[in-house]
Amino acid sequence: MDKHDFVIRFAGEGGQGLVTSADALSRAAAHAGYFVQTHSTFPSQIMGGPASSQVRISTTPVLSSGDGVDVLVALNQYAYDHHHQDLNVGGVTIYNAEEYELPEGGDYFGIKADELAKSTGNARAANMVSIGAVANLIDFDLDQIDAFITQRFTRGRAGDDEIIAANIKAVRLGAEVATNAGFKVGKLHAPDPPDYEQIVITGNAALSLGATAAGLEFYVGYPISPATTVLIWMENNLWGEGRFVHQVASEIEAINAILGAGFAGKKAMTATAGPGFSLMSEGLGLAWMAEIPLVVVDVQRGGPATGLPTKSEQSDLYTCMHPAHGDIKMPVLAPGTIEECFYAGALSVNWAERYQGPVILLSEFGLAERGENIRRPELSAISTESRTLVNEEDTGKRYDSWDGTTPLPGMPIPGGRGAYVANGSEHDEIGDTTHLPRHHIRLTERRFKKLDLLNGAHYEIENADADVIIMPWGSSKGPAREAYDRLLASGENVGWLYSVALHPLPDEVKNVLASSDKIIVPELNYLGQWSSLLRQEGYKAESITQYTGLPFRPADLVVSIRERIDVGVTA
Amino acid sequence: MSKRNPEYDFAWCPGCGDFGVRRALQVALENYSIEHEEPQANNIVVAGIGCSGNMVHLVEGDQPFGLHGIHGRTLPISLGVKMGNPELNTVVVAGDGDFLSIGGEHIGPAANRNLDVTAVVMDNGVYGLTKGQSSPTTDYGAVTVSTPLGKIENPISPLRHYMSIGVTYIASYYSSKPRVLAKLIQEAMNHRGFSIVHVQSPCTTYNDTYDILKGKPKEGIKGLAYDIPEDHDPTSVQAANELLEQPGIPLGVIFKYEGKALQDRHQELQSKAPNKTNQQLLDSYLLKA
Repeated sequence: MDKHDFVIRFAGEGGQGLVTSADALSRAAAHAGYFVQTHSTFPSQIMGGPASSQVRISTTPVLSSGDGVDVLVALNQYAYDHHHQDLNVGGVTIYNAEEYELPEGGDYFGIKADELAKSTGNARAANMVSIGAVANLIDFDLDQIDAFITQRFTRGRAGDDEIIAANIKAVRLGAEVATNAGFKVGKLHAPDPPDYEQIVITGNAALSLGATAAGLEFYVGYPISPATTVLIWMENNLWGEGRFVHQVASEIEAINAILGAGFAGKKAMTATAGPGFSLMSEGLGLAWMAEIPLVVVDVQRGGPATGLPTKSEQSDLYTCMHPAHGDIKMPVLAPGTIEECFYAGALSVNWAERYQGPVILLSEFGLAERGENIRRPELSAISTESRTLVNEEDTGKRYDSWDGTTPLPGMPIPGGRGAYVANGSEHDEIGDTTHLPRHHIRLTERRFKKLDLLNGAHYEIENADADVIIMPWGSSKGPAREAYDRLLASGENVGWLYSVALHPLPDEVKNVLASSDKIIVPELNYLGQWSSLLRQEGYKAESITQYTGLPFRPADLVVSIRERIDVGVTA
Repeated sequence: MSKRNPEYDFAWCPGCGDFGVRRALQVALENYSIEHEEPQANNIVVAGIGCSGNMVHLVEGDQPFGLHGIHGRTLPISLGVKMGNPELNTVVVAGDGDFLSIGGEHIGPAANRNLDVTAVVMDNGVYGLTKGQSSPTTDYGAVTVSTPLGKIENPISPLRHYMSIGVTYIASYYSSKPRVLAKLIQEAMNHRGFSIVHVQSPCTTYNDTYDILKGKPKEGIKGLAYDIPEDHDPTSVQAANELLEQPGIPLGVIFKYEGKALQDRHQELQSKAPNKTNQQLLDSYLLKA
């Protein structure tokens, strides 16, 4: 019987082209009409160290990196030793016979990819030898790979034809080795290509593009894994009249610079990860207090301190909600898919403009560099909101009281009318420092009341009256959704709740939370951060936690959720 | 209280040097606006935390736009303000603690960028608002509430620091002659690049240095402050460095260098930039282009 889903993992050392191999295979598969998702893990060093990169190929949209591995390409002994236990039943390992040997008789065979690549006249085609072997194992149509190679290397240069011929030959040589070894892992079902146009993009590129589509004008940042690629994207693309992009000296400079730009009237953003986000605390407090629109992207990695720079964790939720001292609760958008990264990137900019304040866009390592083919977004469908500006009718008082019954008064912009002092000290109507209780009361209330303006983020509600509701957040959405689908199929009475906006929550989501007796939150942290925030609001939530630095596996979630269902609801 | 806001509940101590600096800043802003035929709303004052930062609320007459932020971060905030709208005149006001201690890390990067803002630094050699602790410019051995046995660190030499780190306009003055100070500040505003006007602004409560600065001419005691000789060439690095080797506090322009300001550098890169539309950016990710 045909299989609809395969996971292929390339493991070895950083710098061996693992990501390139997985990327090429994923693009070839996407080109052929399959849905793909890549996932990589590597150490925080420039070259070397144990690393792996995998691709999941499916006939339907891919929700997660999956459970086990169907084909493992292990480029050294260490990689074999540490990954072969992840093989599914019937899975096969292709090992690097130029590097090491395995005893005869196992579920593996050796390949000399470099030697075969050289025989094609193109030593750089070694990854195509491996891809050919993989394709043979899963019966992936080699002609489809040829078509992809032809498209990829047709660049209008003199040597194009030779490169294409060598790569195609490399694929055939790899396939031949697999044929001779006599293994098969299954037959990949013919693709069911979508009827819409697709883009292939990573999470960091998607959120950058989304923010730019919403009119982002000003970006400054500081390199930090796994947020660096946002800085690089911006340095390459955020040019043009009225735009500014710059690498600054620290995250402290970054937050304060975008704050200055937001004050000056610009749509401004920075992106960072945990350690940098910690440095931004005080600046975020100032943005909240002085009511300056800006967006901070936190691409989570493992923490605390330097933590796990290149691993998946969802442990920055507390700090994103409450990043600074004092009475603060930040708006937080946490996309869970690559597509959502795009739309949340746009919405974060719009939210900041709409409520004249700071917004946190909470992404994750698990989304940042993951490649996926998604429906091509329509730019015309992206709204570009701009803060209302102070006008002739306004009182000219920047920090007037506001109770939400009228539109939020306009914001004065330097160079225009309504000069005031944007003040981080508690202030009066025109921004002068004051300690009078009445001002602290009315402005504390104004700052929180403004959050009511923030809506329009994507949410999902299914089987809301089920005994048990599953509510993941961020990138745990994918594996949780696979687990949910399997539980439903097996007859469990479970419901589904998901919201990109974690604060403020949409009313519809709050209603489901309020009426549910058991909400299960799968999340990648020790403390169970999201469920505890939900319990703080009086909702009956509990977490399934994992703190391995790796994403959830759907099969594990099926087991752990079922355990919670079996316990039942305690009155 | 301030003239325009009787409810404003902050005041400097009688005799504070910051009064003179405020007067000078106000005159400089007014004259700059007249010179460039621009409204006061085109001036932005980014203030640090400390006694000096309150200046932004105490400006008399037309209110410029102001941003009274957090301790030590005036320069990065001003980077955003300036590059958010390079047409506007951006001024930083901060004290020696704010600018040189907690904010010291930002001076070098601002100089490297030649960020086109003017910093007016009020140096009183003490943390005044928190009531008398030692500051980066407090002398070695000085007894303060936080150095009861004497300060253990050497003081920073701000002017030499600015010179070595590449600031492109450096002036030094004191708060006692606001009209002269105003001219220096206005000149600094007109300098296209990073300018610092470092002002001795005594704290009459915790570190009253008026006599030390100005001396007591009637008693024949000379002060530390002296006018920079007219033959000093501020465009010469060597002359500026030699001047700063002299004892005392020079009054006037120490150094100036006409270089590319950040907005000019950005404009140069802009001409090389790809300038893709959002649609082109999106389409560069198409699966089948």
